[in-house]
Amino acid sequence: MINARFFNRSELIGFLALAVLLFVILPLSLDIFRLNLVAKYLTYAFVGIGLVICWGYGGILSLGQGVFFGLGGYCMAMYLKLEASSVENTKIQSTPGIPDFMDWNQLTALPFFWKPFHSFPLTLVAILLVPGIFALIIGAAMFKRRVGGVYFAIITQAIAAILTILIIGQQGYTGGVNGITDLRTLHGWDIRTDHAKFILYFVEVVLLFACIIAAQFIRLTKLGRILVAMREQEDRVRFSGYSVANFKIFAFCAAAIFAAIGGAMFTLEVGFMSPSFVGIVPSIEMVIYTAVGGRMSIFGAVWGSLLVNFAKTSLSESFPQLWLFGLGALFIAVVLAFPNGLSGIWADYVQPRVDRLFGSRKSGWNDNSVADGAPAE
Amino acid sequence: MFGDYSLGDLGAIFAMQGFAGLILFSVYVLMALGLAIIFGQMGVINMAHGEFMILGAYVTWMTSNAVQQFAPWLFPGYFFIAMTLAFIASGALGMLVEWAMIRHLYKRPLDTLLATWGLSLILQQAYRSVFGAREVGVELPEWMMGSWQATDSIQIPINGMFVMALTILITIAVAYVLFWSSWGKQVRAVVQNRVMAGAVGINTEKVDRYTFGLGCGIAGVAGSAFTMIGSTGPTAGQLYIVDTFLVVVFGGAASLFGTIASAFSISQTQSTLEFFLSGSMAKVITLLTIVAILMVRPQGLFALKVRK
Repeated sequence: MINARFFNRSELIGFLALAVLLFVILPLSLDIFRLNLVAKYLTYAFVGIGLVICWGYGGILSLGQGVFFGLGGYCMAMYLKLEASSVENTKIQSTPGIPDFMDWNQLTALPFFWKPFHSFPLTLVAILLVPGIFALIIGAAMFKRRVGGVYFAIITQAIAAILTILIIGQQGYTGGVNGITDLRTLHGWDIRTDHAKFILYFVEVVLLFACIIAAQFIRLTKLGRILVAMREQEDRVRFSGYSVANFKIFAFCAAAIFAAIGGAMFTLEVGFMSPSFVGIVPSIEMVIYTAVGGRMSIFGAVWGSLLVNFAKTSLSESFPQLWLFGLGALFIAVVLAFPNGLSGIWADYVQPRVDRLFGSRKSGWNDNSVADGAPAE
Repeated sequence: MFGDYSLGDLGAIFAMQGFAGLILFSVYVLMALGLAIIFGQMGVINMAHGEFMILGAYVTWMTSNAVQQFAPWLFPGYFFIAMTLAFIASGALGMLVEWAMIRHLYKRPLDTLLATWGLSLILQQAYRSVFGAREVGVELPEWMMGSWQATDSIQIPINGMFVMALTILITIAVAYVLFWSSWGKQVRAVVQNRVMAGAVGINTEKVDRYTFGLGCGIAGVAGSAFTMIGSTGPTAGQLYIVDTFLVVVFGGAASLFGTIASAFSISQTQSTLEFFLSGSMAKVITLLTIVAILMVRPQGLFALKVRK
């Protein structure tokens, strides 16, 4: 099933480089504020890894990843909020023990769908299951009826719009446009201290590497090959006896669950969750990060999220006007000239030189070249 | 939800909400017409369509200011000049974009979506830098203000009626151009079989460019009409783009009639629901219904039977 080697030579270098950067260099060189920013950028890398599987390999462009990112984030935020609004903390409210925004909206009891979030294990399960099942329903409804490509993209985008409007509209149940704010402790552990942020960063990086390995596993098994085959010639795969719809549903659900993990970590790192991370604009931005990093490369997705967000922060700090011009131009340039993003540039221009420099064989690189073909559709 | 209203009241409510829906319908149709040409005929997903519309709106605003300043006697009819200018400006920008960007991406429809999204970011920021972040509104000439008292309880605003009449005219014009003019036949020939169309002597690149230009030009006119009923800001286009895509997809991508029918049903559903529920819930229910119907019938309401 799995190739002889889990990582080929250049992937191993990429893996180690990323590990050294995230585990050693960044924590040692950045202060806690900047490290927290990096942690925030990395939450998008989770979404990016999912998009590499779903879009790069499966050819399914989802413009609704913000939905899953948001669902994961909201599940975590609901747990944290319930913990923060204990009866002692909220005794000035007319109904103590419920989140403050519910009290402002004249709710007197906790809605039923908030109840499971009193329990930490149930919350962890919900973070994975709620987005997963939601993706399963959407995926089953669409792919079984052979809705794909452009139509799928537009419908997922509509779903992102619907969820945002719903969250903003149902203020009493969701916190409305402000989202769920003022989160304090995770299972009794204060997440706002510098020490906690430092630990959360490492938790997140470990999770990220777990996701990278999971994605690499999906990529290298027969499953990954079928995804690529499906992207290139869907009908042939279907006529060969594979259930195309089921593979697509799997890829979409996997991407959703990766995104949800990112969303839950986002809530922990940033300390709030709001509908502005759910809608159409953030969803497309997540696709941008992936496209810039390289839609075919798992590491590329991580680098893309880091670099684009880093550029976003530093540019919008100093030249707020230029940032949108820059982002737009970057995006057009990537799509027109470098459809495989940074990792494509690396593979085409830098890698050969590195190889020549070290006089190494060219083999090994081509192990997975099936996957490095033309972009989807 | 009907409890507190008498039958006569309900009739008036439905008539007035129906008319409010018709104005929304006009905006949808005008935006969707351009999109249906670009998306339905060419397969390009133009996420910057809303920004082309806003360009038309800003052109109208500038024309209105210029006319007020330099030729006040022209003011009652300035709108027609503005509309022409909006069409030309958006169309020209559209052709430029097609030449610079879109023509390299015809084989990758999903990538047109990403590239035009980048374009829409640039255009939005450009509007913000040039015109400021504040929303602007045009002044209507005297004859467009006020409303027509149909019965005691039903009032119909005149600018709304004007926009609707305009929509009908533009729709007829587009239908004529696409289905009866020789240029429209060339467009459809290119869409159905690009290689064959090229073989019989149609300049397919030129047809592509003008088709894209026409679609964007209509968006410009839509923006122009939009100023009659609302104010314009740099990001106003984005509010409509998803709705418009749903209108086009729901109607059946390649069918002009389907686009109109779906714009009508969506806008009517939404505006009628809006009266009884909150605006956001009306929108949620409308969008959910469309998504649900699209899951059952992915090809949309009126699908053309084309052999692929």
